[in-house]
Amino acid sequence: MASKNIAAILSLVISTSVMAETVEVGQKDKKFTQDSLDIKVGDTVKFTNNDAFFHNVFSLSDAEMFDLGSYPKGESRDVTFTTPGEVEVECAIHPEMKMTINVQE
Amino acid sequence: MSIARIAKPTITTSVLVSAFMFGLTPAQADEHYVFEAGHTSLQEWLMPEVPYPDNNKPNAERVDLGKMLFFDPRLSGDGNMSCATCHSPLFGWSDGLPTAKGFKSKVLGRASPTVTNSAYNSLQMWDGRKKSLEDQALGPMLSSAEMNVDLSMAINFLKGNSTYVQAFEKAYPGQGIKDETLAMAIASFERTVISNNSPFDRWIKGDKTAMNKQQVNGFKLFVDPEKGNCAVCHSAPNFSDSGFHNIGLKSWGQENPDMGRYAIKPINLMKGAFKTPTLRDITLTAPYFHDGSAMTLSDVMDHYETGGSVQTNLSPNMKKLTLTQTEKADLVEFMKALTSPQKPFVLPILPENAF
Ligand SMILES: [Cu+2]
Repeated sequence: MASKNIAAILSLVISTSVMAETVEVGQKDKKFTQDSLDIKVGDTVKFTNNDAFFHNVFSLSDAEMFDLGSYPKGESRDVTFTTPGEVEVECAIHPEMKMTINVQE
Repeated sequence: MSIARIAKPTITTSVLVSAFMFGLTPAQADEHYVFEAGHTSLQEWLMPEVPYPDNNKPNAERVDLGKMLFFDPRLSGDGNMSCATCHSPLFGWSDGLPTAKGFKSKVLGRASPTVTNSAYNSLQMWDGRKKSLEDQALGPMLSSAEMNVDLSMAINFLKGNSTYVQAFEKAYPGQGIKDETLAMAIASFERTVISNNSPFDRWIKGDKTAMNKQQVNGFKLFVDPEKGNCAVCHSAPNFSDSGFHNIGLKSWGQENPDMGRYAIKPINLMKGAFKTPTLRDITLTAPYFHDGSAMTLSDVMDHYETGGSVQTNLSPNMKKLTLTQTEKADLVEFMKALTSPQKPFVLPILPENAF
């Protein structure tokens, strides 16, 4: 009984992980490499810093709030988006760096 | 091109592909610089045309009106402070004080930022709480700690003065005297306070004699991440990244310190962070830093050499510097090359009192 449940959960996990995508967004020349991005619920965005100095990534949007701290060139951090809606993503250090992620059902 | 959209199983390929793409571009600003007067690699340091909003294109009428308003103390609660009290042409459009003095000479918490090249700022104020010069212009008037004026009374004063009535009508035909046009006129004047003809600018344009050897060496150190590491924040062309950094000043270690940008953007990294000021005309605006704690440019260098005296929540772009005395002196000499030639400033004739 228990193993059957585990099997069911496992198959669910496997099927969602096959469906979900990872999209990479860079930070380059004090800009996000995309102004806007459409993804689906469950997708992950990988934010990579490609500048020679630190950037930050955060969102204070209701649909997904996060603060990835700051990290240097070559490093990335992931956010998996679980709620549909429009998410404004910014860099706290450089307020001109902004992008919008539309998370669709 | 710069975004790789792929299913999870192939994530490794995506990382490799993007690393390859980005690996081809120069990693750091100075890597592609050739330190010769007028070299094409340096042209990003020249100031572009002054930007302005679509609904407030500067013209002579707007600038002249804004200049009168900027210098008119009748727009303050006690009738003795104007914008120019804290942003004076006598002190590089700042006030020569460590931190500003406001209403009844109350000592305020932050230094008066210069108006010079503020037209290029994407956000105004040390904490970036104002989006444009138009947004900013009325802030100090309304603040009870600063000019402390009832804006409706200021507007009534302007409406009752025939010279101002005519000047507003010429500058903003049919728009009337109101908060918006008052702010727009002041912003138009502020957009004329520009520094773009310093020895540094002339050297960038090709005049070999504009900077001496020491200053050229100072510029090299300025942009070198392993030396001055200054351009990481004081970046081209206005010597500012328009960004916010906690530079670890002593005042940050005091009880209840000024939280700076954090009050506007509640992100941890912004605790104690302030906007990167321009370095153009920097010799005219001592003392330095948002708290006015550095009296000279040498003091500024001494602070940065330590990598920050308070390390809590320090900007990740700060680091301890390894500089010789000569290198520090070269950096200071370079900063002196960022001041444009100064001319006597012609004050406006204010509209007469009409009692
Ligand atoms: Cu950034």
